[in-house]
Amino acid sequence: MRSDRAPLGLRIAAFAGLAFLHAPILLIFVYAFTTEDRTYQWPPPGLTLDWFAVTWNRPDVWSALGLSVRVAALSTALALVLGTLCAAAVSRARFFGRETVSLLVILPIALPGIITGIALRSAFSLGDIPFSTLTIVLGHATFCMVVVYNNAVARFRRLSGSMIEASADLGANGFQTLRHIVMPNIASALLAGGMLAFALSFDEVIVTTFTAGQQQTLPIWMLEELVRPRQRPVTNVVAMVVVIVTFLPILGAYYLTRGGSETAGGGK
Amino acid sequence: MMQVARKGPWAALSDLFWRRPGVLLIVLLGPPLIWLVVIYIGSLVALLVQSFFSIDEFSGLITHEFTLKTYGELLRPSNFDIILRTTLMAASVTIASAFIAFPIAYYAARYATGRMKAFFYLGVMLPLWSSYLVKVYAWKLILAKEGILNWAIDGIGASAVLNGLLALPVIGGNSLSVSYVGTFLVFLYVWLPYMILPLQAALERVPRNLLEASDDLGAQSRQTLRYVILPLALPGLIAGSIFTFSLTLGDYIIPQIVGSSRLFIGQAVYAHQGTAGNIPLAAAFAVVPIVIMGLYLWAAKRKGAFDAL
Repeated sequence: MRSDRAPLGLRIAAFAGLAFLHAPILLIFVYAFTTEDRTYQWPPPGLTLDWFAVTWNRPDVWSALGLSVRVAALSTALALVLGTLCAAAVSRARFFGRETVSLLVILPIALPGIITGIALRSAFSLGDIPFSTLTIVLGHATFCMVVVYNNAVARFRRLSGSMIEASADLGANGFQTLRHIVMPNIASALLAGGMLAFALSFDEVIVTTFTAGQQQTLPIWMLEELVRPRQRPVTNVVAMVVVIVTFLPILGAYYLTRGGSETAGGGK
Repeated sequence: MMQVARKGPWAALSDLFWRRPGVLLIVLLGPPLIWLVVIYIGSLVALLVQSFFSIDEFSGLITHEFTLKTYGELLRPSNFDIILRTTLMAASVTIASAFIAFPIAYYAARYATGRMKAFFYLGVMLPLWSSYLVKVYAWKLILAKEGILNWAIDGIGASAVLNGLLALPVIGGNSLSVSYVGTFLVFLYVWLPYMILPLQAALERVPRNLLEASDDLGAQSRQTLRYVILPLALPGLIAGSIFTFSLTLGDYIIPQIVGSSRLFIGQAVYAHQGTAGNIPLAAAFAVVPIVIMGLYLWAAKRKGAFDAL
C-alpha cells in the first residue's frame, strides 16, 4: 500500500471546506464591534465596544431572552423524562411495534420543521387553543425528545445486562438498581442529551413562528430584525452572544460522550 | 438461606415489574408514546384533515366539507411553479453539497487520526449546531452590496464575472442578495454539515483491505474511488441527501431573507396560513413535501440508506 498521506488536492479541498463552514460565523464577531450602524459595510470603518452597552440596556432583548430560556428549560425537562423512558423501553425490551416506535420518535426531525409547525398550528386552530408559553413548549419538547432519546439509547446499548442481573442477585430491588447502577451509568449521556436539547430549543425558529402567536423568543426577535432591519448594531451583538451561548453546550456534550461508540449531536 | 427483606410499596412495585415485564413496558413506553401520538400524530392528522377542506371564495370562511378542490388549486400554474422551483432548488443544493462534503468527509474518515480527527469532528459539529438564524444573518452581511464578498471580488478585479453571472436570466438579479444564486449559496452553507456527517460515517465503514486489494490488482486511485469507495459510500450519500433535500424543501426563512420575491413551498405555506387565512391551501401545500419525502425515503430504503443514519 502506498504511503498513508492524503493527496495534496484532497487536503486542500478538505481544509477549504472547513474554512467555508467557519468563515461566516467568524465574520459575525467582527461585525459586533463595527462603528458603522446603517449599512453592512466591509471593511468596518472603525471598532467600538459601545454596542454592548446599548444592547445591555434593551428591555426587549432581555424579555425575549427570558422567554427563550424559560421555554428551553421546560422543553428540556419534559424531553429528558419522555426521551429517557422511551429509550429504556426500546433498548431493554423486544416487543411488537418496536421499530415503529423508534421511527415515530425521529419523525419530528425527519420531516421539515414547517410541517411540524403548520400541523401544530392547525391542531390549535381546530381545538381553539390560545397561544401561550405552553403551546411553544409543546412543539419544542416534541423534537427535543429526539436528541435525548438518541443519546440515551446509545448509552443503554452499552450498559450490559449482566450488571443489572448482578445487582438483582445481590438483593437490590428494581428501584435500588435504577438508583445505584443504571443512573450513574447513563447520567453523562442524559446530561449531554439535555444540553443538546436546550441548545436546539433555544435556537428554534421555524416551528416557533407557528406556535408563539404574538410572543417573542430570542430567535423570533432576530428574525424580525432580519426581515426589517432597524437595529443593526444590536442585532450584531445579539448574534455574537447567541453563537457563544450555543457553542458551550455543544462542546460540553462532546466532552461528556467522547470516547464511547456514540458521540452526541450526530443527528440534530 | 437468608431471607432478603422485601418490604414497602416500592419493593412490591419492583416485584410486580419483575414478574410482569409487560407492566413495566407500559409504564416506560406509555408517557412518550401518548405524547407523540396525541400531540404529533394528532397534529399531522389535523393538518391532513384541513387540507381536504376548502375556503369559501366570497365569505373567506373555511367550509368544513370533504373536497379535493384545494388540492386541485395546487395544479394552477402559479402554484405548480412554486412546487417545481422548490424541488429544483432542493435537488441542486443536494448535488452541490455532496461534491463539497465528499473531500471533507473522506479526509476525516481516512486520513485524520487522533487530535486531527477531533478537530474535524468539532469543525463540522460547531457550524451544524450554531444558530440557524445567525448563520443566515452572517450571509446577509456577506452578500450585501457593501459587504465582504463584493469587496473581495472588486479587490481581485473580478466584478465583470459577477455582473455577468447576475445578468443571466432566472438565476440572476440586481445583486447577489436578491438572486437565486444567493439563495442557493445560503442553503448550501446551512445544510452542508448534514451531508458531511452521514457521508463520513459511511466512509469510516469502508474496509481498508478492500482499498489495498484494489491497489494490488493494479487500479489507479481514480478507479478505486469510482469502483470501490463510491459504491460503498452510497448509503451515506443518500442518507445525507435526505437531510439536505428535506430541509431545503421545507425552509421558508432563507428564501425570504436572501432571494427574489418568487415564493418557495415553505413561504407559500406561511403566507396562506397567516395573512391570507387560507389554512386548507396552506395544509395542502404542506402535504407536498411530505409526499415528495415519502417517495424519496421509500427509494432510499431500497438502497439501504438507513443503516448509515
